[in-house]
Amino acid sequence: MTHRVVVTGWGVISPIGHTAASFWSNLSKGVSGIAPATIIPVDQLAQKIVAEVKDYDQSKHFDERVLPSLDRVSQFAVVAAREAIAQSGLSFEAGLSERTGCIIGTGVGGQNTVDDNYKKIYAEHAKRLHPLTIPRLMVNAPASQVSMQCGIRGPTFVVASACASATHAIGLAYQQVRSGALPCALTGGTEACITFGTMRSWEALRVLAPDNCRPFSRDRKGLVIGEGAAMIVLETLEHAQKRSANILGEIVGFGMSADAGDLLSPNLGGMSRALQAALADGGLNPEDIQYINAHGTGTAANDETETGAIKNVFGAHAKKLALSSNKSMLGHSLGAAGALELVATLMSVRDSIAPPTINYLGPDPACDLDYVPNEARNMRIDAAVSNSFAFGGLNAVLAVRRAA
Amino acid sequence: MDTIEADVIAIITKRLPADKRDPQKPVQPSDRLEDIGMDSLGAVEMVFDLEEKFDIEIPYNANTPRTEFDKVSDVVAAIKKLIDGQSK
Repeated sequence: MTHRVVVTGWGVISPIGHTAASFWSNLSKGVSGIAPATIIPVDQLAQKIVAEVKDYDQSKHFDERVLPSLDRVSQFAVVAAREAIAQSGLSFEAGLSERTGCIIGTGVGGQNTVDDNYKKIYAEHAKRLHPLTIPRLMVNAPASQVSMQCGIRGPTFVVASACASATHAIGLAYQQVRSGALPCALTGGTEACITFGTMRSWEALRVLAPDNCRPFSRDRKGLVIGEGAAMIVLETLEHAQKRSANILGEIVGFGMSADAGDLLSPNLGGMSRALQAALADGGLNPEDIQYINAHGTGTAANDETETGAIKNVFGAHAKKLALSSNKSMLGHSLGAAGALELVATLMSVRDSIAPPTINYLGPDPACDLDYVPNEARNMRIDAAVSNSFAFGGLNAVLAVRRAA
Repeated sequence: MDTIEADVIAIITKRLPADKRDPQKPVQPSDRLEDIGMDSLGAVEMVFDLEEKFDIEIPYNANTPRTEFDKVSDVVAAIKKLIDGQSK
């Protein structure tokens, strides 16, 4: 027997707000989180802008005693998870803890720890490293830390698929709950890889924008690296209703595909198959969708190819769709992006607001859809999809509906 | 052909997909990179090779490649300009 899967809690820590409410307030107003980096030195960087989680004070969230085991990526995961669980009103007692999953996406895990320790060893010739270096940097640390800090004892693991990590994680959690394997799951994504070494590596790939992130716009020059985390609580509809939980939205479909083509270049066929799979999984026709939360990285190739895939899948209906890219404000938080964007999509549906694609300078002939340029739009949204397309040719799409 | 031009052409040739490299038809300065099969990843690797070979910094953004390097001769000219700029 399959179950309807509803969202009953969300938590966010992002470049435009440290809570879900402040995140949405700013996102729906078109507030940018992109600015010159402050957490790393920029004098040796060609691209100095990032989307940082600003004014983050770890001591406000964690006891001094546990901090040595928590990389920034795990801290973000726990902060967002605590908010999501508090909002859901769930208490993991009386056996529920063992039947709750914790499936979290991250692209690279504890990159700050990796970077700091390489610097200590190779540049500063440190005699020793902190004993918790390995458990801090291990890629599963965010899921393990959320499990420990929040008392979740069911299936717990990290999913890594670069920029699609969170969407894959949420999709797997959704399938677990839908199938009845679990009544509840905590899921989402986290990333914190704004380090000097990582930024130099991104520069080497020659895809970073020097000026700003302008998805789908003419004169767009690439992506801007971001960071943050978003977590949601999923439950079967019955479980949520039985405890009179506040239902925030419903996930109805999940589609995945791999390009098996180019390592980096996006692929219209792969994107299209993931989109089609999500619609089919949700029993949705293209005409049922009003809004798409686009992957929209701001690179020349992604935005053109994503536009093509949407036209390919939605046909004539593509021209009636509104789509926008949160990355214009949040930058690209890689393994967290799909979770921040799914929460934004759920909020868009709930509040009938399509957030804008900011920094939009004007149309590019290759991107000729309605990207909600620069100004948010009030519009009824009954169903929407959220796209994530990763380096390595890995695609994942989630479909959501207004909570009935 | 001078040595810089020869080195640039050797690097470009190395970064073309295997099925686009034809020993019977060596890369010419007048060839357009796109026409001879240079893809975006190949171009980024080519820029890296050129920077390593000539110890220069090439301002290159993969999002606007065609305006920066169109023909093989454009690449050669850009490299010579960068080398000149450095020796002054």
